[in-house]
Amino acid sequence: MQMNRRAFLQTGAAGLLGTLAASRLAFASAPTDNRFVFVFLRGGLDGLHALPPYADADYRRLRPGLALQADQVLSLDGYFGMHPSFAPLRPMWEAGSLAFVPAAATGYRERSHFDGQNMLENGSGHPFGARDGWLNRAILGLNAGDRRLGLALGPSVPLILQGPAHVQAWVDEQLPDLDDDFLARLARVYQSDPLFAAALGDARGVPEPDMGAAADRAGQRGFTLAARAAGDLLSRPDGPRIAVMELQGWDTHTGQVWRLERMLSVLAEGLTTLASSLGSAWRNSVVMVGSEFGRTAAQNGSGGTDHGTGGLAILAGGAVRGGRIAGRWPGLTDAALFEGRDLLAANAYEGIFKAILIQHLGLNPAFVEAEVFPDSRDSTPMDGLLG
Amino acid sequence: MRDIDSFTALNRFGMGAGPGDEALIGDDPRGFVQAQVRPPVAVPAELAGFSSSAAMIRDYAVARRARDGSIQQVNRSQFALFRDEVLAATALVVATPTPLVERMVRFWSNHFTVSRSRGPIANMIPAYEREAIRPHVFGRFADMLKAVVRHPCMLIYLDNPSSMGPNSVSGAGRIRRQGLETTLNENLAREVLELHTLGVDGGYAQEDVIQFALALTGWSHGGLRRGGDEEIHGGFVFVRRQHEPGPKTILGRLYPEDGEAEVLHILDDLARHPATAHHLATKLVRHFVADDPPDDAVRRIARVYLDHDGDLAAVTRAVAALDAAWADPLAKVKSHQDFVLAVNRAAGNADPRVPDVFRPLRLLGQFPYLAPSPQGWGDRAEDWIGPESVMIRLEWAHQFAARRAGGQDLRRAFEASIGAVARDATRTWVFRAPSQDAGLTMIWTSPEFQRR
Repeated sequence: MQMNRRAFLQTGAAGLLGTLAASRLAFASAPTDNRFVFVFLRGGLDGLHALPPYADADYRRLRPGLALQADQVLSLDGYFGMHPSFAPLRPMWEAGSLAFVPAAATGYRERSHFDGQNMLENGSGHPFGARDGWLNRAILGLNAGDRRLGLALGPSVPLILQGPAHVQAWVDEQLPDLDDDFLARLARVYQSDPLFAAALGDARGVPEPDMGAAADRAGQRGFTLAARAAGDLLSRPDGPRIAVMELQGWDTHTGQVWRLERMLSVLAEGLTTLASSLGSAWRNSVVMVGSEFGRTAAQNGSGGTDHGTGGLAILAGGAVRGGRIAGRWPGLTDAALFEGRDLLAANAYEGIFKAILIQHLGLNPAFVEAEVFPDSRDSTPMDGLLG
Repeated sequence: MRDIDSFTALNRFGMGAGPGDEALIGDDPRGFVQAQVRPPVAVPAELAGFSSSAAMIRDYAVARRARDGSIQQVNRSQFALFRDEVLAATALVVATPTPLVERMVRFWSNHFTVSRSRGPIANMIPAYEREAIRPHVFGRFADMLKAVVRHPCMLIYLDNPSSMGPNSVSGAGRIRRQGLETTLNENLAREVLELHTLGVDGGYAQEDVIQFALALTGWSHGGLRRGGDEEIHGGFVFVRRQHEPGPKTILGRLYPEDGEAEVLHILDDLARHPATAHHLATKLVRHFVADDPPDDAVRRIARVYLDHDGDLAAVTRAVAALDAAWADPLAKVKSHQDFVLAVNRAAGNADPRVPDVFRPLRLLGQFPYLAPSPQGWGDRAEDWIGPESVMIRLEWAHQFAARRAGGQDLRRAFEASIGAVARDATRTWVFRAPSQDAGLTMIWTSPEFQRR
């Protein structure tokens, strides 16, 4: 394992501690021992392809060129099955630590990726209704003090984690480190610019995850490497408790069959890597996979699907009451479709988010309603998902 | 650099300050910016020798059809072209006396994003930018819009070639044979309305998306197999047998059946729409004034846009004339791309190589032409500055400085780039730096340099 990278404040630069915006190093004990990872699939995952209702005649009627057949899917209950690319997740399902919520979405009912993603992330109930992210506000509510409970995987912090609570970040890169003395001097230069001072402060003393031997990681997918880093950092007693991972490439207007075959297997590999990398912390973990919306119930003219409404939530982890399909299923009859074209969003993401925050991370319900999701009182915490 | 307005002219409205820029600006920074708005914009010599997208699409289509493995060779040579054109464009940014042109090319190219995330066209995007964006940056928006939507790279990126009218010859046949509900693909229609013209709150509904998608059916390119002995080429084609017959109604206006020309009429009307003016003005003011664009500036730019029928020369001059754009020289943060380009320009790097451009942008998550979605890259400070990105900028700038420190006069480099706006602490610590490369790194990673 590598030394703490960028540990400059812990070594040479003690005298400059006071000059940094976020310079307090004491690791307060975490307010919770539970872990939460949100995996954001940007582009609109087609839930009907990831978790096909393969036994449904309407499903086959709507998707003559896309529908998966009974002998292709990994059947879960005789009606729903998993996409074959999810085969690596089968043991999780059998262990009772994998659940699916079909027909799920946020309260967003238009079909713009960018408004839909923004609304999922800002949590205000409206696109661009808040400048910070609901997970960042949730971290504030956990009263972690200076401890950075949040972890972003990637070079930029996604909106869902942006806000006043300081978070840490990790990205796979191999540039040579700078020396402590230089960084300490630079901290002086940055001190009158809050944006840069905060970013530099948050980069300090971040432990480097154990990524195994260089030979092992060669050729591995970026998402798998990020899952490994996230799991390792989250598993540490003094590590973060909440992480956000992102995966692009779900906007399958064309070539959906082969594109999702590949993307779903990237996702499955990431989830199994996360589970093994979390180690014993997997027991206390909830991983939620979500997307800004689902896609049209019928296939389009290009062997794909267009922007729709009801999508899918996937929940994994030892703290999930798994091995089942949760929530309400509206079906795919003409009368059941939203605006005559999309799977109805019968299950609210906000209700799942609230269940995770309250039942899993122990956040005060009143705080959740007032601060984290201020305009979604209609969505009550979804019962029976966790524990 | 003598004054704050010179810093603004080169950073807010340019690609950062280069060693010779003081002489370029003279005594009139605002005039320097205005004078760069000179249509028409020709393809500069640095980029003139690169392949057309039509030739690249044709070569790609021919090789793919041959099924003899030659596609791999085509991919390799097209990637080499892509890489070389990005490096040539970087050299252009370093040397250009009209950096505002390069800035506007990047602004509009991002507005009309085509991303490498779609394999077949990945290496053709510099050509797309050179053909559909660059000639129009000081022309009419409607002309740029039509050039973009007709361009095979955009048609492919947003999936239009496979879209068929359900009542077209091809579409009706497919529905009959395959039992499909529809043969339409809404992707391009939706993104043109949402991202390129009206904006998400521009007043269109799902039915407008469908009607516009119907009008777009048949807009395709010549690299697809359509049976018969049609010639393979990489240009635009209108495929009548895919086109939905009959009138279409968009935003309450009826467009009679007019084949290929229908879309041109629709795009003209979209370009003239007040919602488009507001949407474009908001993006321009966010880019050139502040992350939260002030309403009065947005209204003013939208007015100029409508009064001049979308003439982007008039619009650009009006943006550069906004007092708000000259008020706070450090209000905005450079994107990763513009930061890396600015470091290259500050260093006078006449021969940029892969480690000077591709490596930092890959690590920072802004690989050239690889925007994650059709929305393009963001334009707010939070999109760029976080704990990881700030460290990667530092570590790369240090490596770059270490390779180039010899021969750089620290004091001159400081004055030429951030001298006019540097805080006392920045000045103090740059000149206390223990080495030449540490000093250069500190200049290039100072908040003053990273802002604009």
